[in-house]
Amino acid sequence: MMTSMIGAVESGLLYALMALGVYITFRILDFPDLTVDGSFTTGAAIGTVMTIAGSPPWLAVVYAFIGGGLAGMCTGLLHTKGKINGLLSGIIMMIALYSINLRILGKPVVSLRGEANLFESVSVLVIGIGLVIAVMIALVLFFKTDMGLSLRATGDNNRMIRSFGANTDTTTILGVSLSNALVACSGALIAFSQNSANNTMGIGMIVVGLASVIIGEAIFGSKSILRAVIAVVLGAIIYRIIYALALRVPWLDAQDMKLITAVIIIGALVVPTIRRAVKQKSMAKKRTEDVLASLTTGRNGGAR
Amino acid sequence: MLKIENVSKLFNPGTLDEKIALLGANLILKPGDFVTVIGSNGAGKSTLMNIISGVMKPDAGKVYIENQDVSQISEFERSRWIGRVFQDPMAGTAPRMTIEENLAIAYKRGKPRGFSFGVSGKTRAIFRNELSRLGIGLENRMGAKVGLLSGGERQALSLLMATFTRPQILLLDEHTAALDPARAELVTTLTETIVREMNLTTLMVTHNMEQAIRLGNRLIMMDKGKIILQVNEDRKKDLTVEQLLGEFEQISGKKMADDRVVLG
Repeated sequence: MMTSMIGAVESGLLYALMALGVYITFRILDFPDLTVDGSFTTGAAIGTVMTIAGSPPWLAVVYAFIGGGLAGMCTGLLHTKGKINGLLSGIIMMIALYSINLRILGKPVVSLRGEANLFESVSVLVIGIGLVIAVMIALVLFFKTDMGLSLRATGDNNRMIRSFGANTDTTTILGVSLSNALVACSGALIAFSQNSANNTMGIGMIVVGLASVIIGEAIFGSKSILRAVIAVVLGAIIYRIIYALALRVPWLDAQDMKLITAVIIIGALVVPTIRRAVKQKSMAKKRTEDVLASLTTGRNGGAR
Repeated sequence: MLKIENVSKLFNPGTLDEKIALLGANLILKPGDFVTVIGSNGAGKSTLMNIISGVMKPDAGKVYIENQDVSQISEFERSRWIGRVFQDPMAGTAPRMTIEENLAIAYKRGKPRGFSFGVSGKTRAIFRNELSRLGIGLENRMGAKVGLLSGGERQALSLLMATFTRPQILLLDEHTAALDPARAELVTTLTETIVREMNLTTLMVTHNMEQAIRLGNRLIMMDKGKIILQVNEDRKKDLTVEQLLGEFEQISGKKMADDRVVLG
């Protein structure tokens, strides 16, 4: 039990980078980017293949970061310059990357056994915590810079930011690139922790990312960028813990996890809406009674 | 300062819904001019604003800003010269960002946006000072999200954001039309003060006839994509709403048809 919990926290930290990437597109840019399913594997493939080719693992992660960024840039270009619907741009790139990833890997499954590994001298926990904290600080600071502000405004009110002279095409491409770079980075780290990369490891990743963002925000709130970023990281860890717990349920299987994820997301999206509606209704009812009560007392008072 | 030369714009060209939005419109604004624009529905007022700001490109004709042909320059590049306030109070500000972050974005109008912090001690002092000029207490709420402000407050903030970097041209597109009378009056007064103090070259579309006469030094009237009447400073002083409506009927041969017109 304990070891599986530690394992969940460890992989949660590595997946947190992917969740942060999804947060950038989904929440900040308001751009539902499905490239993630492809770029996660791209990162894993680049990380694995580069390591086998002899480059130090940390450098392989940097290459994965760059590769993911390029994939995101393509999606951004399709959407902004090609004027293709955002969802569709992501789907197109996801499909294209499926072939590209196979090309990079050379075969569907590539093992890292016997090769150098990022985690051979330092534990996953240490690297995970260090990297996640560094990325969180970098993101929070970035979103306070002039460029970061214009990126946030692009997702918030792009007409407004254009009228102040920012090129929203550029900010969108930048945001989607940054997002997929983080996703690919996460993919490479997961490959190192699993000692292998395979061509299907990214499937459903966007949903996992969304689940992390939504769970995190629902529990910890998203009032400021700092708070939201922390929430997303914790959301990713909590998701992995739920995953680990679900796997311990006897009649549930690893393959049921995608369904469980979908149910978690639906719950996280629907419950707050229902709760808000109920709250508003009871408030309206109470206020109406108050107003009616004050009216009747007023009239009675006049009669006496 | 601003010259519009023979500008035409068609919507849905070549289809059954083809509509002439602007037809050979000419207009010159001298530095410091404050021109109010009135006209009936579909006269081309908003199209004129969109052509000047670069949201739309003219099908024929040219737009010059400071003697430079900007007809084919995109909207975001033109914003170096142009400050703009939209009719919709939600349109000019980013709701999920704070007041000071919005001002930081406006502060960088037309300048490259790099990796320095948008809100620093120095810029915050500037923003506080500018906000206090609005006189509605926003300087004490600089960390509040703009989405929490009322429509009037947001429009006052939009006006400040559009003007405090001294754009060469200020475009006001019915920026008080969506506000209740008291808020509209506040924003109108602020507009008057800011334009006068900063001596901004301004083009303002309005549905309020009385406001169109009271504000600014020149007035133009549009109909069917053309500028049909230009009133200069001397004549504008003594103009009344009745005269203006009479003038419109005389030139266009019909009554002013505007479902939102306010006679004042």
